Amino acid sequence: MPASAAGFCFRLVRRQLVLGLRRPVELGNPLLFFAMVVALFPLGLGPAPDTLADFAPGILWIVALLSNLLTSDAVFRSDLEDGSLEQLLLAPQPLYFSALAYVLAHWLLTGLLLGLASPVFALMLGLAPTAIPALALSLLLGTAVLSLIGGIGGALTVGLKRGGMLISLLILPFYMPVLIFGSSAVQAALNGNPAGPYLAILGALLCISIALAPLAIAAGLRISVDT
Amino acid sequence: MWTLFHKFGSPPWLYRLSGSILRWLLPITVVALVAGSVWGLLFTAPDFRQGNSYRIIYIHVPAAVVALAGYYVMAIAGAVSLIWRMKMADIAMRACAPIGAALTFIALVTGSIWGKPTWGTWWVWDARITSMLILLFLYLGVVALYEAYENKALAAKACAVLSLVGTVNIPIIYKSVDWWYSLHQPASIKFTGGSTIDPSMLYPLLFMILAFYALFTCALLLNMRAEILQREQRTAWVRALAGERGGN
Amino acid sequence: MASESATGDVLLRARELGLERGGRQLFSGIELALQRGQLVQVEGANGAGKTSLLRILAGLSRYGFSGSVERFAPQLFLGHQSAVKGLLTPRENLAWHVAGEAGFSPEAIDAALAAVSLYGYEDVPSHALSAGQHRRVNLARLFLTRAPLWLLDEPFTAIDRAGVAVLEARLLAHLQQGGGVLLTSHQPIAVAYPLLRLDLATGALQ
Repeated sequence: MPASAAGFCFRLVRRQLVLGLRRPVELGNPLLFFAMVVALFPLGLGPAPDTLADFAPGILWIVALLSNLLTSDAVFRSDLEDGSLEQLLLAPQPLYFSALAYVLAHWLLTGLLLGLASPVFALMLGLAPTAIPALALSLLLGTAVLSLIGGIGGALTVGLKRGGMLISLLILPFYMPVLIFGSSAVQAALNGNPAGPYLAILGALLCISIALAPLAIAAGLRISVDT
Repeated sequence: MWTLFHKFGSPPWLYRLSGSILRWLLPITVVALVAGSVWGLLFTAPDFRQGNSYRIIYIHVPAAVVALAGYYVMAIAGAVSLIWRMKMADIAMRACAPIGAALTFIALVTGSIWGKPTWGTWWVWDARITSMLILLFLYLGVVALYEAYENKALAAKACAVLSLVGTVNIPIIYKSVDWWYSLHQPASIKFTGGSTIDPSMLYPLLFMILAFYALFTCALLLNMRAEILQREQRTAWVRALAGERGGN
Repeated sequence: MASESATGDVLLRARELGLERGGRQLFSGIELALQRGQLVQVEGANGAGKTSLLRILAGLSRYGFSGSVERFAPQLFLGHQSAVKGLLTPRENLAWHVAGEAGFSPEAIDAALAAVSLYGYEDVPSHALSAGQHRRVNLARLFLTRAPLWLLDEPFTAIDRAGVAVLEARLLAHLQQGGGVLLTSHQPIAVAYPLLRLDLATGALQ
């Protein structure tokens, strides 16, 4: 008698969250990475506040994207190594929802925290306070899309020993629309224009990704487990 | 219909069919490419603004058009491979990637050469060039993924998934990049609306596009034949073929 | 010929299974219909493809083999890896298992852990346990599952003699309740029950 799909998803999300929360340092790593790369820009571009504030929307979005990219490789890797992944594939519940549960847990542990912490980094780069709500909202929506796309890359490369570099080559092109609309939302807010349309497009991208990405993730996982 | 489908799955049948297609398609392609180039380069009027430099479109545009179409051919082959588990679809998909990457590269290089006299710089981050660059990344991603897998049957399935993800994403990427920047001339060839390109320039261009499609088909078939022979090297029909050639 | 009326008793049916790896035919023409109450041991030398066969039968290997596999009942597959998370306790590992069976009661989980002599270790983080204890946590699933079809790949590896005896008793109980078991093992199986052997080299079932 299998568990219901919804109950099983809930169980998976809870399990992944507990696993994440029991390694608080690893949870902080993406945020630390974000802070460090943000600190690189004043060193590379010079500390002039005007320059930094001009580049801030792009910088913050690119760093968020890289930080998400680096964590995507790990979504399924430990589960493949200890055999949990093959048990997950044998579960009678649809893999589509299980994949979605894994991505949701990944987003809660990375994108959500990043979105909530982003105002601090925005202030460090001198981004105008008026643009900060748009930044946080666009990051919250956008990182969810990034997690879904990153999950595809993670699923396709999890069976490979040297997946780290490859996953960037595979999924960075797919990240580009999110980057374009995410940074445009912040830019629009900065210029005093409404950010709503850009956030709406990010929302639309999120809907498409939720509908389609789990299919690709499921197919990728089946291929990766089939060795 | 179904028997035809099964025949496509049979390596020796496909090998012989592609051989007989290439026998006439290859000469036609060479003649068409030469004729189209001569037509475009020598027998059309120079553009009133760009002079003669615009003539590179007879290479640039066909390469770009076929490169994009090639991605969809690859994705369709990938879908067939995933759904019907046809080995020949794996081979077709694998053969598409390097050809498509090469065409994309040609489009980028010719675009860059065209950009120098037109804009005064080798590289402009304009929407179409950026989109082509992303397309090149997508192709190279497929090649990289294929090479990373040791089990080639699984490599083909993984690439099929990736290229299907790509087909969903390409329109989104193109639209977003288009929106992000539109500095290029507005799209010139529209079959429905009014055309802003003179027919004397358009016809050689369309001809060259067809010639590039033929070129793509030839390259695809040649590539597939090489891969079929390599995969089937232990089978009786390949040995017989090799013996036949060796005997002559 | 097995008629359609008999399919109610068949848990797993494989037809014409064949596998080729790296240009070498590992096995071919495997015919199998595992019925309720049957115990089948897959036999073959190292590298004969026992694990590959089990993964095909479980549905984990989907590409690259010939033939067909049908499963008519929920299955429990135990592979080489224990699927135990070091950061979770044995109790959590079983309660939140990814294999998707309905929730087990805490009492059932405790009883299962006691059966594999992990009593007292329920709430210890699993990374503090030995490799053999990880295997036991995984084997505790045999005492919880309601799946009639069991596919077990080397279940007795790294288990001491007393543990093996407990597992054999569990296998016997499962078979007597109408379950079916297909396993690979290097150790001889001491179960007072008719044992069928599937020889991978010949494909014969005796």
